[in-house]
Amino acid sequence: MTSSAYPTSWRPPKLIPNPLTRYGLLLAGVVYLAWSLNALDIDWHRVEQGIARAGNMFARMVPPDFSRWQLLGRGVLESVQMAFAASFIGMIVAIPLGVCAARNLVPTPVYLVARAVLVVSRTFHEVIIAIFFVKIFGFGPLAGVLTLVVASMSFIGKMLAEDIENMRPGQLEAIRATGASFPKMLLYAVQPQMLPRYLGVSIYRLDANIRHSTVVGIVGAGGIGQTLAASFSRYDYDFSLAILLTIMSLVFVGEFFSNWVRARLR
Amino acid sequence: MTLEEHRQRYPDVWRRFSPRQTLIRYSWYLGIVFIAVWSLSNLDITWVYFLDAHEQAADLLVRMVPPYWEFFAAIVDPLVETVHIATLGTAATFFIALPIAFLAARNTTPNAITWFIGRFILVASRSVNTVVWGLLFVAIFGPGPMAGIWSVTARSIGFVGKLIAEAIEEIDEGTVEAIEATGASRLQVMLVGVLPQVMPVIFGTIVYRWDINIRESTVLGFVGAGGIGIVLYSSINLFAWDEVAVILVAIFGVVLVSEFISAAVRKRIT
Amino acid sequence: MLSITELAKKYPTGTRALESVTLRIDEPQIVAIIGSSGAGKSTLIRCINRLVEPTSGRVVLNDLDVTALSRRDLRKARRRMGMIFQEYNLVERLTVMENALSGRLGYVSFWQAYRRKYPPDDISAAYELLERVGLKGYEDTRADALSGGQRQRVGIARALMQRPDLLLVDEPTASLDPKTARQIMRLLVELAHERGTPALVNIHDVALAQNHSDRIVGLSGGVVVFDGPPRDLTHQALTDIYGEEDWSSTIRKSDDDEDEEDRPRRLEGESAAG
Repeated sequence: MTSSAYPTSWRPPKLIPNPLTRYGLLLAGVVYLAWSLNALDIDWHRVEQGIARAGNMFARMVPPDFSRWQLLGRGVLESVQMAFAASFIGMIVAIPLGVCAARNLVPTPVYLVARAVLVVSRTFHEVIIAIFFVKIFGFGPLAGVLTLVVASMSFIGKMLAEDIENMRPGQLEAIRATGASFPKMLLYAVQPQMLPRYLGVSIYRLDANIRHSTVVGIVGAGGIGQTLAASFSRYDYDFSLAILLTIMSLVFVGEFFSNWVRARLR
Repeated sequence: MTLEEHRQRYPDVWRRFSPRQTLIRYSWYLGIVFIAVWSLSNLDITWVYFLDAHEQAADLLVRMVPPYWEFFAAIVDPLVETVHIATLGTAATFFIALPIAFLAARNTTPNAITWFIGRFILVASRSVNTVVWGLLFVAIFGPGPMAGIWSVTARSIGFVGKLIAEAIEEIDEGTVEAIEATGASRLQVMLVGVLPQVMPVIFGTIVYRWDINIRESTVLGFVGAGGIGIVLYSSINLFAWDEVAVILVAIFGVVLVSEFISAAVRKRIT
Repeated sequence: MLSITELAKKYPTGTRALESVTLRIDEPQIVAIIGSSGAGKSTLIRCINRLVEPTSGRVVLNDLDVTALSRRDLRKARRRMGMIFQEYNLVERLTVMENALSGRLGYVSFWQAYRRKYPPDDISAAYELLERVGLKGYEDTRADALSGGQRQRVGIARALMQRPDLLLVDEPTASLDPKTARQIMRLLVELAHERGTPALVNIHDVALAQNHSDRIVGLSGGVVVFDGPPRDLTHQALTDIYGEEDWSSTIRKSDDDEDEEDRPRRLEGESAAG
């Protein structure tokens, strides 16, 4: 056998073939890290203290204080109710919104307006939207429900519009060819195809709304979030932990339920 | 055939659902409507507010226009800070979420206990919103971007970890089997057999979450965790609506750009 | 019955799908349209009921100028033209019965359509039609559970539920295996003849066209280059339509394909096998 007719070492091709790009990215990453941490004006002393304090805090959190369970229960109930009402209304509003945002169904001006609505409602975090609703409608769950309605309708509406645009055009063509009007066409050609995923997304959204309803309370839009923020500001950390644990279980149960229903929908 | 025979052979009624099925379907509909209506009516909502809402909204709009554009100079730094918080937080997520995802995937976790711990961490992380984590970390680290970064990481671990774990569970087992058959160690199997298959998902998910985190970071300031949220909060409380308008436009721009970048990168990955 | 005058279609991209097509159908006959892909067959069929808007020209169906109609009147006119598609285009998640009944959508109100409460005559007509196409017992089956041939039968039933004045058929057999293709063509031709309905059928299989149609129209480059009975389809004619090729094997090998054993089975409503 001859020696070295074949090379004796081999290196696998790298993810990013060009060494310049590869090391360039790595370097850029390191530089960014240094620059940002510097720019952020972080009080490292405080951070050090914080890590020490964290231990202290956790000690104060445990065991969680469930003694004020009535207050907790009210807050949770309000959150859940907000989530239900908002999901329901959001589901319904999402239908015309989604249909109007599908290029293959509506004339262009309608499409553009609907898409604009979707983009704007999705760009701003629901907390920002919540503040506006609080300003207009006052503190309390009404602002929260409206915020979640906006969040739901834009989420479901966008999914619906994308699904409709990805639809195979044949079924649409066939129903149009029978002389059916637009509403009847939606009923027979669009709805049956969209229904399972629409319901699945809506149920997912219900679960998500329960999570989000906890947040809008921080700006006064109702729900358990308000209770939570108050407990933190009063240093009632053991109550805070109780609330957090309740939220976690609520979300866990909600997810479980949502997965079960969506599996049954297939 | 006679009319009678014709009607016998070709019935003139047809139902898609049997009466029982129809009953079940309508029960579901009614149930859902009932719950929604009950929820709405049970909430402590002062419906009276709807009456003057449109006036309030119009008033708000009038005060926001024209936007106080000079204010823009003052918000550039907080905006940049917001992006940093999101980016650093997402970067940290990568290192933490990856090992946890391996623990939370049925086919790569050592035993049932580690699997449970992995899933528990991911669920706990997911069920608490970034802003709520913000409350916690501000209490620990004090106000400032450090709390913000930790909050972003805390929430993102659950999101990213769950998607990666799902991707790991869906890999082609054949590849893994082949590598195991060569006698490779557990770690080697994960490195060579599993990791390459889920790489695209990992990067895609990270970039996706970065995009979401930009949005989340804009409001962390509301609880004192840094970013443009602080400025927004103060402008709102001072009723300086023309400043608020500028901030909103700026946020809109930043989010749009980040979405564009995220979509472009993800398209190149997959 | 149908009169097409100088129909032309130019797409925004510049493609001239139809240059000038003039055609008349004066009696209930099966007219097969043949031509290479891109010759304009699909466009022609869709211009007749204006699923594709023609650039110029006229289409007149039984004294009604289709090309001049408003959107609302167009919908009413479409009711009178039954369309059958290459990909069947059934609503897959709905049952066979619902798909058949959807042919009557132009005639019922929104609420009747929503609650599936069609007039009794329509329902018994649907049962009868479904039996006629060989799908008795399949009324409650979901459309996506059917084979290709079965789906096309539903498509035929749906079109005929409209009780149309004209059938527009776009490559009905292109997605089917050869045996099923012949069964479907036979069914289509039988039904059209029974009801005295003229049919315009796009076919790319020349032999199939020759065996099952009363008249052949050949399209090439967006104009009609051949219009006559199947027996007149000579080598020269095919070259005009498709271009130079060895046509000897394509023309009239039909009698071998006609499955004699199929005939008696058909009377007993075979076909549920697809």
